[in-house]
Amino acid sequence: MKPAPVDYVAAGSLEEALSLLAEHGSDAKPLAGGQSLIPLLNFRLARPTLLVDLNGLGELSYVRDGEGGGLSIGAMTRHSALEGDPRVIAAAPLLSSAAGFIAHPQIRNRGTLGGTLAHADPAAELPVVSVALEARFRIVHAGGERWAAAADFFVGLLTADLQPGELLVEVEVPPMPPASGWAFHELARRTGDYAHAGVAAVLTRENGACSRARLVFLSLGDGPMRARQAEQLLETQGVSEATIDEAAALAARSEIEPSGDIHASEAYKRHLARVLTRRALNEAWRRAGGAA
Amino acid sequence: MSRHNVQVTINGRAYESEVEARLLLSDFLRHELDLTGTHVGCEHGVCGACTVLLDGEPVRACLILAVQVNGRQLTTVEGLATDQDDLHPLQEAFRDAHGLQCGFCTPGILMTMVPFLEDNPEPDEAAIRHAISGNLCRCTGYQHIVDAVKLAAERRRSAD
Ligand SMILES: Cc1cc2nc3c(=O)[nH]c(=O)nc-3n(C[C@H](O)[C@H](O)[C@H](O)COP(=O)(O)OP(=O)(O)OC[C@H]3O[C@@H](n4cnc5c(N)ncnc54)[C@H](O)[C@@H]3O)c2cc1C
Ligand code: FES
Ligand code: FES
Repeated sequence: MKPAPVDYVAAGSLEEALSLLAEHGSDAKPLAGGQSLIPLLNFRLARPTLLVDLNGLGELSYVRDGEGGGLSIGAMTRHSALEGDPRVIAAAPLLSSAAGFIAHPQIRNRGTLGGTLAHADPAAELPVVSVALEARFRIVHAGGERWAAAADFFVGLLTADLQPGELLVEVEVPPMPPASGWAFHELARRTGDYAHAGVAAVLTRENGACSRARLVFLSLGDGPMRARQAEQLLETQGVSEATIDEAAALAARSEIEPSGDIHASEAYKRHLARVLTRRALNEAWRRAGGAA
Repeated sequence: MSRHNVQVTINGRAYESEVEARLLLSDFLRHELDLTGTHVGCEHGVCGACTVLLDGEPVRACLILAVQVNGRQLTTVEGLATDQDDLHPLQEAFRDAHGLQCGFCTPGILMTMVPFLEDNPEPDEAAIRHAISGNLCRCTGYQHIVDAVKLAAERRRSAD
């Protein structure tokens, strides 16, 4: 399978990329790591007439200290860099840990943060993590820029809130509140495969209680699935073995929409969601300094 | 359909060619440059047979366009051995430990594990299995591949 004929420009600057994307509208596609787009071209599921290659834009590849202990990360930062960057490991360990679950080393060497967010695959790790961490995305077009909250950005199956001509250029990751713990768990058939189910959890501890819970699933719906009822249960009833069980059961029963496939039935995925949630909540709470 | 001039150094040798934008790096290597050691199994990033080193890092040649390697350095499996009697130590170990049967997956596995061993000179079995997780082999059952990588690491240690 080979790509159909297409034009190509290696953008020399962000301005050049934006003006080409503005000029060509929905006929053009930005090319980041290519680890999702090139398979789509090979299968001819995507038929752009112009590829605007962002790989020469070194200015979009960075990890910087953001406000109050958070991070600002350029869209062209590779998954392998997120996984290994000491600042990401220190300030956003959930992000670096989850990046290690993406595909295989060869793919992580190319795939980018901006690319996986824009692609909005419900089985992808980093969209889920960005929702759990309440990240914000800077989105630019030829005439200006806007910010989008991760929670609003993933609008449907493989659909992000991005218009033709727009580029996601930066991800702002706020610091986790003090006394917070995190965990990321997923299950795939083999290392690196897209997961049957996965979950990111962030719990904040205040005076022994749970003041804030974030619980978001991958591969169990059309996009990142946030379990608000389970979060609320933990925030109102505290974290104990019993509430962890209850929250996991609630989320697995009524806050995900898995569909069965040849590898895993819907019932099995719900079972996995429950088991993985229990593990994640226990681990996150331990990291927050509590004992369930 | 744009055409582009590509200048690239492969295994230390300079190449220059004009390519269509849509040409995959894997096809560029095999069909235009006759570097057929890089194999193609799936063309969507799953099998790992096409793994090459781009500026020293393993990547999928089927998921990069030839035009994107303009100005870069590549190493393919042909770059590992100077001739049949002077194999790379990892190739020697694959031969000695029966790390291949049909050999289809071998170039991709070598190009994945050569940089892995440089970064991890003393890997345990779990690390080796993790590192080859992105390369499919339909013949060996992987055990002998793992053995070969271990053997290469041991030989390297005892040579130091
Ligand atoms: C075998 C295999 C296994 C994989 N397994 C996983 C996995 O387990 N988990 C996972 O999360 N991913 C997985 N991936 C996908 C991988 O993570 C991709 O890197 C990622 O989905 C897309 O990132 P990219 O940089 O490669 O983007 P590209 O493929 O270049 O682009 C993807 C889409 O986003 C658009 N785009 C890219 N960058 C921007 C931007 N800055 N602004 C606006 N639009 C943009 C492109 O136009 C395109 O439509 C796998 C891929 C392969 C081939
Ligand atoms: S041919 Fe490139 S990964 Fe299979
Ligand atoms: S030796 Fe035949 S595919 Fe690996």
